[in-house]
Amino acid sequence: MALLQLKSIGQTYFSKTSATTALEDITLSVNEGEFISILGPSGCGKSTLLSIIAGLLLPTTGSVMVNNQPVTQPHPKIGYMLQQDYLFPWKTIEDNITLGLKLRDQNTNEHIQAALRLLKEIGLDHTRSKYPSELSGGMRQRVALVRTLATQPKMLLLDEPFSALDYQTKLKLEDLVSSTLKEHGKTAILVTHDIGEAIAMSDTVILLSSNPGRIFRTFKIPETLKKLLPFEARQHPHFSSTFQQIWEELEHIEQNDNE
Amino acid sequence: MNKTIMNEKHVEFLQSIKKEKRNIRFVQLIMFISFFSLWEVSSLRGWINPLLFSSPTKIWALFLEKIGDGSLYIHVIYTLGETVLGFILGTLLGTLLAALLWWSPFLSKVLDPYLVVLNAMPKVALGPILIVAIGPNFGSIIAMGILISIIITTLVVYTAFQNVDDNYIKVIRSFGGNKKQCFKEVILPACFPTIISSLKVNVGLSWVGVIVGEFLVSKQGLGYMIIYGFQVFNFTLVLMSLLIIALMATVMYQGVELLERKLIKHHIQ
Repeated sequence: MALLQLKSIGQTYFSKTSATTALEDITLSVNEGEFISILGPSGCGKSTLLSIIAGLLLPTTGSVMVNNQPVTQPHPKIGYMLQQDYLFPWKTIEDNITLGLKLRDQNTNEHIQAALRLLKEIGLDHTRSKYPSELSGGMRQRVALVRTLATQPKMLLLDEPFSALDYQTKLKLEDLVSSTLKEHGKTAILVTHDIGEAIAMSDTVILLSSNPGRIFRTFKIPETLKKLLPFEARQHPHFSSTFQQIWEELEHIEQNDNE
Repeated sequence: MNKTIMNEKHVEFLQSIKKEKRNIRFVQLIMFISFFSLWEVSSLRGWINPLLFSSPTKIWALFLEKIGDGSLYIHVIYTLGETVLGFILGTLLGTLLAALLWWSPFLSKVLDPYLVVLNAMPKVALGPILIVAIGPNFGSIIAMGILISIIITTLVVYTAFQNVDDNYIKVIRSFGGNKKQCFKEVILPACFPTIISSLKVNVGLSWVGVIVGEFLVSKQGLGYMIIYGFQVFNFTLVLMSLLIIALMATVMYQGVELLERKLIKHHIQ
């Protein structure tokens, strides 16, 4: 059964002079353990869609269901990771990663120990009592991942989490995030404008057209690529053919926009 | 380059920093000494009116005399207490008011023009009303110290609250946090640097409020000593009070700076 279901989601923003439709008729279901990427040109409402799934924004029309229950506020089983780490500079790394537990009233010793184990797993055990300003960008984003995972969500929403990093760090982090999520059996939705990243990391890629954002095409990533780590997937011969395919579809979207 | 040369260069660099620091201190000291010597000499030679401008030695003698008979002590304590209470309460209440405005955008829109008017108005002009309303005592002087700093603190801190990056709030909300938790975990700690820096401004403002308050109430305190000295034409007393105020204001300012360094060392991003 699907973990997440979106039923004809639509989002319209109102201003004094106009009403802008950002999303229209988005219907989608995500199974447990699946990794989905949402790819599209900037301004296609990708991040808006993620905010709606996270329960931070109520859609103008349609509904979001998790385990067949409608989502109207941030759901405890959904974790959200932003473009930048947004670690709190005045909190130590330990206080940062246990923030979610504190807010969700789950800061029992057991949960805190689990969060610290996760920090160790990700190779940042030694930063526990440091402050974010003492860490590099890649390390900070890894801490942000631990913070998101600490509340033990079933599903992670990733809003271009690698876009603020340099290329090398980004590639390394893709592998780390991908393997960590697989290991813990998490479902994930990644929003990105990077075709390569979408192919390398996910099982399914969904292309959104812009103005308003709609589902334009859904790609299933070949099994051979799915099994590989993102970095290895990028070297595989199937990668470039899939890349080519998606590239052409994106071109179509752009042409449609210009007409 | 090999290591020893690097080390030598480093030592040279450190020495040049030290040297500059020493030069600055030296010039500062020279300025201090020449100012007071020039003052003393001009007063002695009659280049300036000694009745009006007094002289450092006369001020020092008066200072020792006042300490000797214990009369200075009470005035200093009064003024110091009023000022400290004034700027701490002014900052706290201003921050509280800013929190209220942040909490209710409706209230903030309603109060906006009133705050602008209140901020533009010279608060010391309210002094006489305060004294009649509260009475010529400690209370009305502290009220003056608060009044002079509260509105500007509210405006500055509220602006800082509004400028906190929304994404931090998004983090809190994605964990199911409510508005109160947003304030406690993000808004307030993110604005600590602003609150401390308004504390610094308020140290100065509070001195103005308290001294004017003491002018009007005229019972005790350094403000009272200034007014009294002026009335009996004892400008040595006036200048001595002024120097004490300058010294104490500096000490307070340094104190707040120390607090600043302690409290917000991790706020840089």
